[in-house]
Amino acid sequence: MAVTNAPKIITSRFDDPAAHTLRGYEASGGYQSLRRAVTAMTPEQVTAEVKTASLLGRGGAGFPAGVKWGFCPPGVFPRYLVVNGDESEPGTFKDRLLMERDPHQLIEGVVIAAYAVGAAQAFLYVRGEMALAQERLASALNEAYAAGYAGANVCGTDFSVDVVLHWGAGAYIVGEETALIESLEGNRGMPRLKPPYFPAAKGLYLQPTVVNNVETLSNLPWIVANGGQAFADLGEGASAGTRMFALSGHVNRPGVYEVELGKTTFRDLFEAPVYGAGIRGGRALKAFIPGGASAPWFFEEHVDLPLDKETVDKAGSMLGSGAIVVMDDTTDAVRACLRVVRFFARESCGKCTPCREGTTWLEKILERIVIGAGRPEDLDLLMDVCDNISPGIAWPPRQTTICPLGPSAVSPIASAVRRFPGEFEAYISRGTRAEVGVHA
Amino acid sequence: MPRLTPDNVKIAEELVARYPRPKSALIPLLHLAQEQDGWITDEAMEHIAELLGVTPAEVLGTCSFYEMFKREPVGRYLVNVCTNISCLLLGGEELLEHAEERLGVKPGGTTPDGMFTLEDVECIAACTEAPCLQVNYRYFTNLTPEALDQLLDDLRAGRLEAEVPRHGILARVRQKVGPGRWAGTGIAAQAEVDKRI
Repeated sequence: MAVTNAPKIITSRFDDPAAHTLRGYEASGGYQSLRRAVTAMTPEQVTAEVKTASLLGRGGAGFPAGVKWGFCPPGVFPRYLVVNGDESEPGTFKDRLLMERDPHQLIEGVVIAAYAVGAAQAFLYVRGEMALAQERLASALNEAYAAGYAGANVCGTDFSVDVVLHWGAGAYIVGEETALIESLEGNRGMPRLKPPYFPAAKGLYLQPTVVNNVETLSNLPWIVANGGQAFADLGEGASAGTRMFALSGHVNRPGVYEVELGKTTFRDLFEAPVYGAGIRGGRALKAFIPGGASAPWFFEEHVDLPLDKETVDKAGSMLGSGAIVVMDDTTDAVRACLRVVRFFARESCGKCTPCREGTTWLEKILERIVIGAGRPEDLDLLMDVCDNISPGIAWPPRQTTICPLGPSAVSPIASAVRRFPGEFEAYISRGTRAEVGVHA
Repeated sequence: MPRLTPDNVKIAEELVARYPRPKSALIPLLHLAQEQDGWITDEAMEHIAELLGVTPAEVLGTCSFYEMFKREPVGRYLVNVCTNISCLLLGGEELLEHAEERLGVKPGGTTPDGMFTLEDVECIAACTEAPCLQVNYRYFTNLTPEALDQLLDDLRAGRLEAEVPRHGILARVRQKVGPGRWAGTGIAAQAEVDKRI
């Protein structure tokens, strides 16, 4: 079934031009869940509902949110909540839309989460390049404070939380939770080694810190209003609820669609008239990226897989950040691969040698292949460098680095070289562009 | 002059007061300096170091890590063309080439009149409306070469002043920090933690 009857949980107000204002948000039942949580539920009850919902983190790694909250060591205060809105994964922009179009929904989720984990302060870390999202959130926070939904004595109770709008300055790696914390401490955004300590135990200022993604927290008002079970009833298996997917590339109707997990397949998303409405010009599919630039590519044989974490993980990729990029048969796989690798080379923070040096060399080798200066041994060399960054070039990746950025650069190369070796060889042997079409 | 103005020092102090530790305000303060001058001067960095009680080297260390902080003057309009995967598939590179031709500069270059700086950037999160670009971090999407020409003409003629403030001005709405604002209960307890570190 291409389109299920699942309710819209986080995008229900996207068509309402007034949704970003307090009046517009309250008119559609906004802040009722927060009031209920802080007046009629204990923090433990809120956490229990989120656990029942089996809400998986929507930032990329897919860790259960309620379980993550439970990792804070008991009795250690102050605790902090950090909201990860530094969305920079190529292909991904669900969080930006949630912040621009429904900022109060996020703020309500943030305050509910802060109540559940006992956070003294919540920091909303928004990607620096998202000026409109920052403006909308600043306005919404000012309204929320004035209305008593944030700050001192939330909804007239003893619970107080300060929500601070913080913004980044352009660094993809800051989307990694420990790099985000470093950045929030005013440092270069370089990831910390984990284990032994995860942020829940020692995070911001070495205090217990919960880091949650924007989309994850935007689900909380609905979960509190409807119960965790109602959320868990949607979706399939461990992938509960709905999720936003950004569908871009060679489809007729690119867009961001909220779909029920596990009951919708990639083919549904590509072909259903309400979603992608088919590949552009009726052309054939060559490849697609199922979960942001870090994800290994999928091909024709994967289109009937349902959109759920377990299935996609088993098939050798990931739903990651919910970004699906479709490439038709005119796509030059070598150039597409180079462009994704260049991204990781540019964005490597430089802390770990295999990633800093490896991604740079991968880019250089691919670049010389594309400009016609490739060497016969280059394909083996590419795979060898990949193996040094991610031993075995397997999925899930093994790491020689502190964070997954380095291994992410391996994904497009392993996918493209294994699937389209002829295109690389054609570049190398002829020293010219492979005859695959006019597009990149 | 490029030290922070008295008005901006006041804003800076409010920003610093929001955080349990002053250095957390470093990135917001660098944005404030860039808002004031259009780029980050050495004097501004030194002033920020004074305000935060850290060394100028620490400020520079953070400043040089992040893409958005410009350590030399840029044009009034920073034109960031995305060429990442979704835009690449739909003509992002061609759009960048057109912009280079039209402005007569390569990525990283500034036009002689100081009006435009061109950059080839990573994904700016508007993939379903590719190819796209940002001017001073405001979106312009689904672009064609003709639409880009029109956009540059409009910017040059000052017809988009309301939509696109000059480079450095990011969000035009600030989170208010009123008197009596509750600032978390963490600070006193954090001081205890600091003693142990």
